[in-house]
Amino acid sequence: MKLPIYMDNHATTAVDPRVVEAMLPYFTDDFGNAASRNHAFGWKAEEACDYAREQIAALIGASEKEIVFTSGATESDNLAIKGAAEFYKEKGRHVVTTKIEHKAVLDSCHRLLREGWEVTFVDVGRDGRVSAEAIARAIRPDTTVVSVMFVNNEVGTVQPIAEIGKVCKEKGVIFHSDAVQGVGKLPFNVDEMKVDLVSMSAHKMYGPKGVGALYVRRKNPRVRLQPLIDGGGHERGLRSGTLNVPAIVGFGKACEIARAEMATEAARLVGLRERLRKKIFENVDEVYVNGSLEHRLPGNLNVSFSYVEGEALLMALKEVAVSSGSACTSASLEPSYVLRALGVEEELAHTSIRFGIGRFNTEEEIDFVANLVEEKVKRLREMSPLYEMAREGIDLKKISWAAH
Amino acid sequence: MAYSGKVIDHYENPRNVGTLDKNDPSVGTGLVGAPACGDVMRLQLKVSEAGIIEDAKFKTFGCGSAIASSSLVTEWVKGKSIDEAGQIRNTDIAKELSLPPVKIHCSVLAEDAIKAAIEDFRKKRDEKRNHRDTEKQSSDEEEKKRVTA
Repeated sequence: MKLPIYMDNHATTAVDPRVVEAMLPYFTDDFGNAASRNHAFGWKAEEACDYAREQIAALIGASEKEIVFTSGATESDNLAIKGAAEFYKEKGRHVVTTKIEHKAVLDSCHRLLREGWEVTFVDVGRDGRVSAEAIARAIRPDTTVVSVMFVNNEVGTVQPIAEIGKVCKEKGVIFHSDAVQGVGKLPFNVDEMKVDLVSMSAHKMYGPKGVGALYVRRKNPRVRLQPLIDGGGHERGLRSGTLNVPAIVGFGKACEIARAEMATEAARLVGLRERLRKKIFENVDEVYVNGSLEHRLPGNLNVSFSYVEGEALLMALKEVAVSSGSACTSASLEPSYVLRALGVEEELAHTSIRFGIGRFNTEEEIDFVANLVEEKVKRLREMSPLYEMAREGIDLKKISWAAH
Repeated sequence: MAYSGKVIDHYENPRNVGTLDKNDPSVGTGLVGAPACGDVMRLQLKVSEAGIIEDAKFKTFGCGSAIASSSLVTEWVKGKSIDEAGQIRNTDIAKELSLPPVKIHCSVLAEDAIKAAIEDFRKKRDEKRNHRDTEKQSSDEEEKKRVTA
């Protein structure tokens, strides 16, 4: 076993060696510009991109003509939300989303707010899921776009996309889903789920960084967008800029692998996740899983370790790359807005750790991490005044703490 | 976030972790911060009759910088008089540990913890004195009564 161990697969993933292999020829031999229509180098690059489009489309049950390449999911989210809101602004200026979206969605919505739109940020339950009914209630006659993520990036909760898709279809609004964390890991079908716009990213699914895609529905309804980037008219005018051919080839390959191996990989990751969870819960008291365990991404485990501050625990787990919802890991000094939206108390939000288990993690690594977590949590609790007070039977909620 | 070597040293080998008897009249306890803010420090000082800090213990719920700040002050206050210890400033702590700007509040909390522990000790000492004085006063009065009688 090699140290350090990477267990932060929601942040990014290693590129699968099969993906690297597929990409390599496109750096040196077949390096052409996919927009060069007048020679073999260009044709070859274009062919490679079109093949990748098919591979990506196949993963989500779409047509290759509905895939628009971008620089990544942040751009896809921006293009989907701002592009659709802008295009349909004559129809209305109201957008619906949730409180636990990725910043790329939330900040796109805040931009619209500043420019005169109204946005409803729908609450989620303690289980980290939004209900289709809550979305239905938020939709108004002037609503044009609804944006709900497929899988949350912090707590891994899977949203009821098909139910929300049905609501949006009935109400005639465009439905966008940021599916970055879930596509390639769980089944996702644009027709079954009635989604109109889908953001995807290669590097969350063992592909390279710097490339993403936006699925844009072409039929029932045909979705129109106002482009954000103007230029040479690539991607049918929706996103100008020379295509990143090697990355696109890698993205396609990553989708092909994900599609072929999804079922076995998901089962293996659930097994590893449950192994980690059970070991931690057997050996450490006062730990809590944040968000629904049932509706959850296979590789995600988000746990609060009472009385132990998350960043201190990250420091203690220096041989393991994980992340925390603690304020101290963010520049803002605010604990995770996702955990707070779930109604997790601030004191517990500060103690959360996110384990992101992925394709290359092994059972041996899981056991190592579980043991290390147990040892370090116990050590930090011995240093924690809160743990000592709780053990003495002092109710920490009844103390009048001075907020600072 | 990259930490200075000193923060890592104090975090990995914290000095003076532990608990003193909070009911001991020579022990002052300072508990500062809030769980909802992500840091709570408890600093305890054992003070001699002459007002010298003989022992110091801490426990901290907080990030690496918070733990390091409290560990550092336990080293600094030992052997100092309570007045000298009260002069320790957060800027001294931040400088010693090379804390980045977002972690300055950890050093502020450590300064607050020293002050709170000293205040607690003084309060206890004054109560003890008052108690002694009242006892003395009442025995004097009794003496007077006896004399008059």
